[in-house]
Amino acid sequence: MAQEKDRLICVTCPMGCALEVTHEGPALVEVSGHACRRGIEYARAELADPRRMVATTVRVRGGLHPLVPVGTAAPFPKGRIMELMALLREVELEAPVRAGQVVLADALGTGVDILASRSMPAAD
Amino acid sequence: MRRSYDVIVVGSGPGGMAAAVAAKKNGARDVLVIERDVEPGGILLQCIHHGFGVETLRQDLTGPAYAQRFVDEALSLGVDVMVDAMVLRITPSRHLWVTSARSGLVELEARAIVLAMGCRERTRAQIRIPGSRPAGVYTAGTAQRLVNVEGYMPGRRFVILGSGDIGMIMARRLTLEGARVERVLEIMPYLTGLTRNYVQCLLDYGVPLQLSHTVGRILGDRRVEAVEAVQVDERWRPVPGTGELIPCDTLLLSVGLIPENELSRQAGVALDPATGGPYVDEGFGTSVPGIFAAGNVVHVYDLVDWVTEAGYVAGRSAARFALGDQVQGAASVGLRAGENVRYVVPQRLNPESLADGPQRLQLRVVRPIEGRARVQVADGDSLIAEQRLRYARPGEMVTVTLPPSAYDRVRQAKALVVCVTEA
Repeated sequence: MAQEKDRLICVTCPMGCALEVTHEGPALVEVSGHACRRGIEYARAELADPRRMVATTVRVRGGLHPLVPVGTAAPFPKGRIMELMALLREVELEAPVRAGQVVLADALGTGVDILASRSMPAAD
Repeated sequence: MRRSYDVIVVGSGPGGMAAAVAAKKNGARDVLVIERDVEPGGILLQCIHHGFGVETLRQDLTGPAYAQRFVDEALSLGVDVMVDAMVLRITPSRHLWVTSARSGLVELEARAIVLAMGCRERTRAQIRIPGSRPAGVYTAGTAQRLVNVEGYMPGRRFVILGSGDIGMIMARRLTLEGARVERVLEIMPYLTGLTRNYVQCLLDYGVPLQLSHTVGRILGDRRVEAVEAVQVDERWRPVPGTGELIPCDTLLLSVGLIPENELSRQAGVALDPATGGPYVDEGFGTSVPGIFAAGNVVHVYDLVDWVTEAGYVAGRSAARFALGDQVQGAASVGLRAGENVRYVVPQRLNPESLADGPQRLQLRVVRPIEGRARVQVADGDSLIAEQRLRYARPGEMVTVTLPPSAYDRVRQAKALVVCVTEA
């Protein structure tokens, strides 16, 4: 596979090093611009399997608020976030909701659970 | 209902809850938190994204999860929480006038008070954007509440003014909910929020950022129809001929936060024009004895972790004051902002505090230094503490620690001046 060059910004710490990466598809060949070795790890992961924590809301019936915030329990494949959003749009919970409750297990077969970020008491 | 408390905390955000927890743990017998919303937690409840707690808890939590942890801890320690209640007035003698639908107007009394009202967003009026006055202009935080708590989308096609964290986070949030974010405009020549938000909120979703640009004009009759983006020079003046119309139906403003201190002012608390918050000492005591302040009401932080830390310090000081064992010592030494420093918190320091341990000073720089920098604390020509920095940016708070070994020199100092320069 041909080698390509790309630019990434490392977000492991607030410094935000501008990385220049040489890669063959998802495999890292060389990186420069990093101030510490965590930049190398970041570049490797970002090329091979970019993931993000995802947070959104789902509907809740009979709660203090009409929505309850939810989030991924672990970083989720970046390329499938919009698919996850479409799926969560269909979810509706019933109050009360407990903080940490599994809202959706093994989302899209990724092994990542979606958890309620807070508890949601029933409306008075 | 009780009328008299050891410690009363005004506001149940991260600063207030940490103060309540620390007050209880340091011996305050009865602690009350007053909150104007229908539940405790503060603004974190609408900050549904991750990134909270990374510094101090070593966990990557969402805002609501972070808030819940402290609310649960406070309740389990026996802190009283009064919700849906508004503090109307605080007197210098620590009486509070509070109104709520449930209990009407009541007068409460505290041996010590912690102010934890947080901050407010700057609005269109404060930055004077010309043009018509249609519907569809929101502060980013208002839009955040509508989308994340109340379940309304304020528009379909957005322009966001300001590259602060809330603006960038809303760009991502609105995109995830199916809206189109045309652009983020930033009047400064650099990003004002955190780099990680630039990457994960703008780059990830292909939202363009334009530096040294602002909104020159808002167009629209009943509803926003477009905004005119315009380039600015180094003195923020629009550059003629650079105007560009961006069709949109909503403009979000993420143009800065101001500590909320109406109650502080009424109580006679002296405010620092540089921070917009009270002048405080190292224990977050204000100019009024027995009144303390914690979190964004003092100065606007970039990370909630530091707000919690400040709340702990303020809560402990309040408990000590309430129990009558406040440390008396030498007169305080003033701290002043020197070269390339906008402000320093605390503004005064009791040298005796160094006997308890190192003391943390927090500050913001005026101009960015990309590359090695150093922060120095000096008394005239005599250097008292120095710390190296890998860089210094206005968007990220700088912390410098005074070690206990500086005790003698701080005690003899007339004033401490803090500056940040190229190393």
